[in-house]
Amino acid sequence: MLRHALLALVAFMLPVAASAQVEIDITRGRTDPMPIAIPDYLSSTDADLGESVAEVIRNDLTNSGLLAPISEDAFIEELVNINVTPRFADWRVIGARVLLAGEVMDLGDGRVQINTRLWDVVGNQQVGSVAYKTPRENWRRAAHKVSDFVYSQLTGEDGYFDSRIVYVSETGPKTDRTKRLTIMDQDGYNPQTLTGGLNYDVLTPRFSPNEQQITYLAFFEDRPAKVYLFDIETGVQREVGEFPGMTFAPRFTPNGDKLLVSFALNGNSDVAYLDPISGKLDRLTSNPAIDVSPSMSPDGRYITFASDRGGSQQVYVMNADGSQQRRITFGEGTYGTPVWSPRGDLIAFTRQHKGRFYIGVVAPDGSGERLLAESYLVEGPTWSPNGRVLAFHREEYPGGPVRLFAVDLTGQNLRRIPTPTEASDPAWSPRLD
Amino acid sequence: MKFNVLGTTGILASVALLAACATTEEEVIEVVEEPVIEEPAMSKLEMAQMELEENVGHRVFFGYDQYNLTPEAQATLRRQAAFLMMPENADLRIRIEGNCDERGTREYNLALGERRAEAAKAFLVGLGVEPTRISTVSYGKERPIDPRSTPEAWAKNRNATTRIVGDTEAMI
Repeated sequence: MLRHALLALVAFMLPVAASAQVEIDITRGRTDPMPIAIPDYLSSTDADLGESVAEVIRNDLTNSGLLAPISEDAFIEELVNINVTPRFADWRVIGARVLLAGEVMDLGDGRVQINTRLWDVVGNQQVGSVAYKTPRENWRRAAHKVSDFVYSQLTGEDGYFDSRIVYVSETGPKTDRTKRLTIMDQDGYNPQTLTGGLNYDVLTPRFSPNEQQITYLAFFEDRPAKVYLFDIETGVQREVGEFPGMTFAPRFTPNGDKLLVSFALNGNSDVAYLDPISGKLDRLTSNPAIDVSPSMSPDGRYITFASDRGGSQQVYVMNADGSQQRRITFGEGTYGTPVWSPRGDLIAFTRQHKGRFYIGVVAPDGSGERLLAESYLVEGPTWSPNGRVLAFHREEYPGGPVRLFAVDLTGQNLRRIPTPTEASDPAWSPRLD
Repeated sequence: MKFNVLGTTGILASVALLAACATTEEEVIEVVEEPVIEEPAMSKLEMAQMELEENVGHRVFFGYDQYNLTPEAQATLRRQAAFLMMPENADLRIRIEGNCDERGTREYNLALGERRAEAAKAFLVGLGVEPTRISTVSYGKERPIDPRSTPEAWAKNRNATTRIVGDTEAMI
């Protein structure tokens, strides 16, 4: 679809302050969200769109837990031209720390240009500015780009708002569930069913690094489950390789060349590479225990996986060639679905202990385990592209609905990601280009 | 199919009853004899499945996070093996479906369900059932037979279920 061609970053410059005075430390455990004023975007031709753009940005930044948009009712100054320095005192007095001023220009050819300036109203200076040209129908992505801009300006790190989540939509009673592959924007908008549900179910989807493919498990009644690939651009899906037995728990390697999978044959599950082109399977473990859920470190040097070789299921790490397999978790209960952070510094997991499930993180050397979420069932963590947020699915009480949730790496800001049906197995896309 | 027939009859009967209740004396209700619905003859495979479920036992159960066969499971599988090795059943093929309760991750439970199905298969093969007659599949925790979240439901959902899927002649 060449998504990146749709959004053009355009030059939009005022003299920019050399260094921002206003900063958010996102590593702190508890911090009050920074008050931000986000008036509706100005537009001489399309006020509704200006309002919608601002609303998307407010929602993104609220969900980040780092910023708190101030009610528009409190605003004193009415912006009429975003290229004029605002009256900082008017914004300070209502408690704002920063002001996001923007406008939507109709370019007359079906495209709009969305201009944004971020002001530090305490330091009396512009923090930065950004502008995008995009087909009008693509305005929502441009708004997410602006949210990413604000996030990176204020935190010094990349944002994650211009990204998508693929997940499994679940309908029907528990004994006869229909599970379909569904994709949506990270804020829950534009859900689209991709596949599944007719005579097969899908589980555990994961994005390729270029976001153009999804690998997942297709689950038929009468034969072992198999790893599949779905091409987002063409809508074509295909089984990868032909083997007796079951292939499952697929994940792309960071460069996208190969899949890491589990395969089960004759009662034994091991971890292997699976070449998506040739369908060739390259075994990495050969242990009589259950070895599942492989995930590679972003530098391509290590693989984490889960194994019950020590009696209970725990998280292990090995070299990319399968050598030096070592256990890294030693807590009570069981540990599964390890997934390496895109930053490389942490491994997220699902832990089960005394009838409760937990989402947690641990360093690759096994140190610093922290639990971030707990419920009757929480499972299958997936990292935001910047490695600061984890999404997962949750069943809050026995028999309750299965929903998508997200929590910050700090353990704060647990929130639901809205979906039209019950939902599980979220997988966050890389940041879109 | 059998249940559908019964269900239809039941609905007809209750409609007639309702109609009767709503009737006043002036109205005359003519009782119409219900058409006799013939049950379609069961195929050989359906007969075999019924025999398996009602007399042999088509399901064996496992402990939490276990795939070893309990004495009860072994007894059921012995009956299954004897059933499958009867001369008149020699052409039947089966699928063993491995299932897990909800207390585990999806991916681990897929592996565990496969182990359960393979454990049951290996036992049948050990008793002389041709391995080519047995296929296995794991449904992990995705196909619970009891939707509740109770110890009783979990115990039911940790199973290996045997189904008649065809006869070897049909395969040729």
